[in-house]
Amino acid sequence: MSNPLLSWYGELTTRNRLLKRGSLLLMPGMLWLILFLVLPGFVLVVVSFATRGAYGQLEWTFTVENYQRLAGFSLFGWTSDYLLILWRSVVVAFVTTLVSVVLSYPLCFFIAGRSERSRYMWLTLVIIPFWTNMVIRAYAWFLILAPEMPIAKLAAFLGFIPAGSPLYPNAFAVYLGMVSMFLPFVTLPLYASVERIDWALVEAAQDLYASPIRVFTQAVLPQTMPGLSVGIILTFVPAMGMFVVPDLLGGAKYMLVGNLIQQQFGSSRDWPFGAAISMGLMVLTMIGLHIYRRKGKEIEYV
Amino acid sequence: MNQNHQTQTNQGLTAKHVCKAFGKVKALDDVTLDVKPGEFFTLLGPSGCGKTTLLRIIAGLELADAGQILTGGKDITGLPAIKRPVNTVFQSYALFPHLTIYENVAFGLRSRKFPEAEIKKRVGRRIEMLDLQEMADRHPHQLSGGQKQRVALARALVNEPDVLLLDEPMSALDARLRAQVQEDLRRLQRKLGRTFILVTHDQAEALVCSDRLAVMRSGRVIQIGTPEQVYDNPRDSFVAKFLGAANLIPSKRVPGGVETELGFLALDKEPPWEEGTVAIRPEWIRIGDEKPERNGIRARVSEIVYRGTNFDLWLEPGHLRVRTSSYKRVEAGREVWLELAPQELVILEDDHV
Repeated sequence: MSNPLLSWYGELTTRNRLLKRGSLLLMPGMLWLILFLVLPGFVLVVVSFATRGAYGQLEWTFTVENYQRLAGFSLFGWTSDYLLILWRSVVVAFVTTLVSVVLSYPLCFFIAGRSERSRYMWLTLVIIPFWTNMVIRAYAWFLILAPEMPIAKLAAFLGFIPAGSPLYPNAFAVYLGMVSMFLPFVTLPLYASVERIDWALVEAAQDLYASPIRVFTQAVLPQTMPGLSVGIILTFVPAMGMFVVPDLLGGAKYMLVGNLIQQQFGSSRDWPFGAAISMGLMVLTMIGLHIYRRKGKEIEYV
Repeated sequence: MNQNHQTQTNQGLTAKHVCKAFGKVKALDDVTLDVKPGEFFTLLGPSGCGKTTLLRIIAGLELADAGQILTGGKDITGLPAIKRPVNTVFQSYALFPHLTIYENVAFGLRSRKFPEAEIKKRVGRRIEMLDLQEMADRHPHQLSGGQKQRVALARALVNEPDVLLLDEPMSALDARLRAQVQEDLRRLQRKLGRTFILVTHDQAEALVCSDRLAVMRSGRVIQIGTPEQVYDNPRDSFVAKFLGAANLIPSKRVPGGVETELGFLALDKEPPWEEGTVAIRPEWIRIGDEKPERNGIRARVSEIVYRGTNFDLWLEPGHLRVRTSSYKRVEAGREVWLELAPQELVILEDDHV
């Protein structure tokens, strides 16, 4: 071994030894990713080109029919159903993210403005919903939106729904459920950024005649960008595939792509089509993230 | 260049009976100041004396509990920061990290929706004045402390403020650069003829920069005057010690002077108190081998500190500090005569030493 010694955080070692130890440490994580991300992903791609047998089994005949179906082409001509569901999913995920961000900013500033002690209490209140299962939380909205409750009564009084009916299933209930599910995912990372804001920049902007909007875009937004990015990604990506909330609160009329996929792998037993939709969802999510990255950079340097 | 325009917008600033409390702590206690147009005025004091709070109240970043702020005779007490004809150089400079130097300097003009051509002209002028041309396209993190400070100056001055506020702008610079920047700042202010208000805890900075200064302590203004006035005639022992070094001698009034632990000292004026303090600067004490005519004190050199430009001698009795030039070396342990001339002795007003 003619390997030269080198100093690694105060430890004398060689390059080879470091590499060996590094790969050993990386192994579990890499194995996990290969077993549960790369392999299933590969399987998904393969299955999406397979054919569904008469009884729902997989038949290994190569076909692009699943993708054609997703694009709306079938034996009975073209239909926009699936594309509409995909588009609706994008819109719901986008609006959910947007509303969560808009609600999180004041919430974060409110919490950051409390005394050190009560800050933790407020943060705990934000986290508490995580202690309850998502399905149970979705069901909880049934109670809140029930006909006997004030919200439904108010909606009925204003003529939005017939008297005596609940405020679900509909788009409103889906958005309500989605935002309540994802709000903490934006609030928590955003709070970490808001807490560390350099207020001198805000004061400098005010001193330099900036309007409130300009103060936000030039002094607050660039400083909170790191937390905001994490929050947006943590919300947008899972919101695209969400199926519990729309299933319970949206009903059949407000189906999202998550429900569609679940249906294919579940009741319809059409795995190849389900895999093709999953691929479509993945591509859409990637496009969404890509646009966000581009736009995000623009905002940062405006 | 544009001299008329600049003198036109030039305004003084008046603070009348300003009070501010944070909880139970009185940050400002009835502060009244009058800064003249075109003056370089310094608020000097230790941390926590309220100088920064006063600056923030002038800038509109903090609201006074009571009192008034006026610029050029106009009451601006109730105006928010964005409507005030003042701009601030912040202690941390507070440059926008995502903007280039050019955009940082242009910020105020863009906020006020100046036409692009006008912005270019004005920003270009300030960038040139502060020698920042080569950095215009860089971002703040690529600049040194001194450069950042100049950007902060340019960013404030480009708005042609009636009053420029500077909140300890030199505290982030190293000592050598600081001395240079102090002189530059003084020259810049003279050239612009604009009203500057500087906040600092550095007495040397205050002496170098100011036309007049106010020494503050515990939310009150203790003394206002030119640097010479305040240095030569400190009002009380706090000012005497905070601005330069001083020998404080506890004294009892007797006919013709005071009785001290050093013996009798003749004074030119009669002190207003029975018991109090007289002060003398270390460089005002004359040292020699012969007994002077008046106020001569026999003392022994106990310690010598070399300071480059001078020696600081410590003498007993009285633990007196005397400053002598460095070409006159005095040995420790030697007996010498000191002259504390009556015209050099300052009678302090206060009782707290």
